[in-house]
Amino acid sequence: MNYNWNWGIFWDQTPDATGTYFGSLMSGLQVTILLALCAWFIAFVMGSLIGIMRTLPARWAVFVGNAYIEMFRNIPLLVQLFIWFFVVPELLPGDLGIWIKQLRNGPFIAAMLGLGFYMSSRVAAQITAGINALPKGQRMAGTAIGLTTWQTYRYILLPLAYRIIFPPLTSEFLNTIKNTAPALTIGVLELTARARSMQEFSFQVFEAFSAAAAIYLVLSAVVTIGMRIIEKRLAIPGFNGGK
Amino acid sequence: MKRIFLLGTMIAAAVCTTQAGAQELTGTLKKIKDSGAITIGFRDSSVPFSYLDDNQKPVGFAMDICYKIVDAVKKELKNDKIEVKLNPVTSATRIPLIANGTVDLECGSTTNNADRQKQVAFTNTHFLTASRFVSKKASKLDKIDDLKGKSVVSTSGTTNIKQLTEANAARNLGINVIPAKDHAEAFLMVETDRAVAFVMDDILLASLAAGARDPNAYVISKDAFSKPEPYGIMLRKDDAPFKKVVDAATAELYKSPEGAKIYDKWFTQKIPPKGLNLNVPMGAEQKKAFASPSDSPDPDAYTAN
Amino acid sequence: MFSNFDYDVIWRSLPYLFQQGMVFTLTLTAIATVFGLILGTLIAMMRLSSSAVLSGFAVSYVNLMRSLPLVLVIFLFYFLMPYVGQWIIRSDQPVQVGAYASTIVTFTLFEAAYFSEIMRAGIQSVPRGQVMAGYAIGLNYREVMRRVVLPQAFRNMLPVIFTQTIVLFQDTSLVYVLSITDFLGAASKVAQRDGRLTEMYLFAALVYFLICFTASFFVKRLQKRISIIR
Repeated sequence: MNYNWNWGIFWDQTPDATGTYFGSLMSGLQVTILLALCAWFIAFVMGSLIGIMRTLPARWAVFVGNAYIEMFRNIPLLVQLFIWFFVVPELLPGDLGIWIKQLRNGPFIAAMLGLGFYMSSRVAAQITAGINALPKGQRMAGTAIGLTTWQTYRYILLPLAYRIIFPPLTSEFLNTIKNTAPALTIGVLELTARARSMQEFSFQVFEAFSAAAAIYLVLSAVVTIGMRIIEKRLAIPGFNGGK
Repeated sequence: MKRIFLLGTMIAAAVCTTQAGAQELTGTLKKIKDSGAITIGFRDSSVPFSYLDDNQKPVGFAMDICYKIVDAVKKELKNDKIEVKLNPVTSATRIPLIANGTVDLECGSTTNNADRQKQVAFTNTHFLTASRFVSKKASKLDKIDDLKGKSVVSTSGTTNIKQLTEANAARNLGINVIPAKDHAEAFLMVETDRAVAFVMDDILLASLAAGARDPNAYVISKDAFSKPEPYGIMLRKDDAPFKKVVDAATAELYKSPEGAKIYDKWFTQKIPPKGLNLNVPMGAEQKKAFASPSDSPDPDAYTAN
Repeated sequence: MFSNFDYDVIWRSLPYLFQQGMVFTLTLTAIATVFGLILGTLIAMMRLSSSAVLSGFAVSYVNLMRSLPLVLVIFLFYFLMPYVGQWIIRSDQPVQVGAYASTIVTFTLFEAAYFSEIMRAGIQSVPRGQVMAGYAIGLNYREVMRRVVLPQAFRNMLPVIFTQTIVLFQDTSLVYVLSITDFLGAASKVAQRDGRLTEMYLFAALVYFLICFTASFFVKRLQKRISIIR
């Protein structure tokens, strides 16, 4: 194999002289984590709203919720990122569009919105499933003791539903982390982008991408273990999801 | 899609079954002979070197040169039926793809420098260009220092983005460097005001600006990030027999009147897809590079005087 | 805001978008689904086998693939595959793979991890009693799998398999990073050449939406039908 391995490359200076390649990968990791967290915030909030809407008695709410899910689930993430980054500012009124386009964090914000809304459709589907998985009696009991719809959700349904769907939500969060990588196409310097640029400057293709792969593995292992610990603490003994 | 990946220009010609020379073939030549095909890497938007025309077929100055090289390879192997496969490459993928054997010749606008010569080989220089930036006239940017604190785009995997990051660090400019996948995408970032400037080889900037919806809205900086640097067609490293064939073919082409003819076809006449004329006649340096072909990565080797 | 839309650019590029772009996208989806499913089924059987080595390998493979972003895998495999080919056939130089074959292998290997999880659930959905009954009437492992377990596992999981195929269809757009002309790649090449990003990306979104929406509609109907039969 005529490839020159050089595992010491991580300690070499990058061309911009701001640090080592290792440091550059670490700053990519930071962006990946930050982007995943910001997008997850949007996904969780919007997903919860839409997911709850789909379980309401009102038919229009169910329809809007379903339309929302279909729209964000049936368009590839990459296309959604392009639309947030390239198309949306063009459709806004002149000055606002220009202002958005010249934001220094423009790519990051577009990626955050794109990824957040994309993931929110998946979160919404999970929330709906969680609420529907509860015994019908729970909702009726709420009504029987005179709670309003809002109170029934707040005090009875949601606390149980979120516990039930904690494991699938964990895997959606892991998907959010992985799905930050396509953001490199709109110029976000996350981990994969840093690995790619390390390859371009140092020509050490395999060291760069293997290191990035290893970092993703560690990241997902840490999140998985962390979530298991939280899951155990959240579990209600004797109820679904608890042991 | 087969057209993209498999079909090149299949030239079925005279029957020629004799085996190539008596000596044992090695490296790329052996591979081409065994597989009966040579793979050319092309670019999406390196106008006028290697880009897609109206039918989305790769054309350009470097592509023409490469087809001449293919002719020479056919002659060397005494096989007229060698198939030409085309494989798309980007600035970011071209060097690994040459190294791992996916493409045999990279025909585009790749700067030949000492750093890259550690990884790949280059044949004789086919163009010289300096690294500058394009911006909208309205934003009144002319010097590199004017970019201070602004968002500037360049294509990832190029020498230009490296020079930009180096200048950014050396002069403490605080530029927000955005990497783009290809030149067209990078230029669009300037056209749609996502970046104030695009740092690239000036010839590519000139052709992108000329092809824009309003060519007069753009200006290319006087300030350069580099001296005029040589472009070369890339091949695998440490493959002397193949390099010899390619070097001989390009040297012969560049020195002959045909070299000047191909140059004129792409730089002083209308080119597809929009019928632009770049109007860049051969300068003294270009003439010298063609008269005495060289694969030197040193910009100073090409100064004309 | 839509007044200066250039619908003509879409119209003019339709043959290119569909004959080259969409054909590649669909071919890649179909091949990766078929081979991914076959490989995924094998991995699922390894995972459920009594051999610790086999199941350990299957678990690590699935976890590895499922922890990595597809974009990273696409880059890595594109660069790595020729060297792996060289190592396998003991050639003296890297084997030429090419962009087309490389993406097919990448997607097959990547999606196999996801299909294997689906098939594992499918195999486990077949009541154990049936397996035992199979052995009782003298079938061997291969026969039990081929004649009893896998057909049912496959049928039970059909809606999930189709749903995963829709995800795969969307994921193929990521080959954009290699400048390959899939449907999105074709749209973006036209968009960048003509400076018509808005039109082309919205059109691409619409096409993807219509295809995926229709497909998932049929998957839902299939799901209902299957659940009635059982």
